[in-house]
Amino acid sequence: MIKSSYAKRYGSVGAIALLTTFLVVASPNPAFAMHISEGFLPLGWALGWWLVFLPFLGAGLWALQRQLKRHPESRVLLALAGAFAFVLSSLKIPSVTGSCSHPMGVALGATLFGPLVMTVLGTFVLLFQALLIAHGGLTTLGANGFAMAVVAPWVAWGTYQGLKKLTQRQGIALFAAAVLSNLVTYSLTAFQLALAFPHSDGGVVLSFAKFAALFAITQIPLAISEGFLTVLMGTWLLTYCPEELEVLQWIGGHTSHE
Amino acid sequence: MSKGQKTNWLLLGGVVLLVAWPLLFVKGDFEGADAQAGELVKELSPDYTPWAEPVFEPASSEIESLLFAFQAALGAGTIGFIFGGYHERRRQQR
Repeated sequence: MIKSSYAKRYGSVGAIALLTTFLVVASPNPAFAMHISEGFLPLGWALGWWLVFLPFLGAGLWALQRQLKRHPESRVLLALAGAFAFVLSSLKIPSVTGSCSHPMGVALGATLFGPLVMTVLGTFVLLFQALLIAHGGLTTLGANGFAMAVVAPWVAWGTYQGLKKLTQRQGIALFAAAVLSNLVTYSLTAFQLALAFPHSDGGVVLSFAKFAALFAITQIPLAISEGFLTVLMGTWLLTYCPEELEVLQWIGGHTSHE
Repeated sequence: MSKGQKTNWLLLGGVVLLVAWPLLFVKGDFEGADAQAGELVKELSPDYTPWAEPVFEPASSEIESLLFAFQAALGAGTIGFIFGGYHERRRQQR
């Protein structure tokens, strides 16, 4: 009896340790992954995306404040969601095309706290990378933020809500939310680049096809990885802190786990 | 092993496979996708010069990977710490 509970306890601790090690060790490649680099959007576009992005950031800060006021105890999970995005977006993972890119990890937080709150956390990650690692940039933060910290969380949230209702299976909804939000971000980034740099003959469409081709195939296995990891986090959350999840209305009704 | 645990290991295994597969079977230089995007910009509009420089650029790719590892460690540490806390709480409740 005691033995089996030990095995169970250390089994899950082992899984967590393994993942943590994996997450730290698996980032050997100094290569960049995909955000629009500093200075790589013409001034007009950079400003324009900033203007589109700022209202969402404002709304996000408001939503975050409201969340903390209503449920101060949820800040632990908030830190967890932020940390998850932090880790995932630092991992440049090799892909089948022979180039590297990275996942984002904003889907989990978006399903927990809603898309607005996740805008703030996603922006924080982007800011960290722009300032310290010269990855992405301040001038392009508007565009990158709109893709990764606004559209991706909304897509994740919508997919999750829709699929959860439709299939009644949280795992599937979470997986699809992570995969789709990842793919949408990269398509949007390609579109942003295409708008700013249309092809001289084929215009925006041809340019988009070219940019999208760079990322599309690279991104698919990464999106699936992100989906797996997000579901894994979801399972741990359900195991370890059902009370908190109930407060956030993440649990309730049907779940596919255990 | 419970069903949930089995799923966890399967998920982890899936991720490891997805990462290991290209490293083992794909010949490539594993350059970053956004460096390639920069090249494509040059090709599409040769006159374009980036008009801003990163505020701080890591001195070498080693320093850069140090900073990336730092980011990952910070996040992974936080996750481990929080789940550690929850784990202990659940153990006490039993």
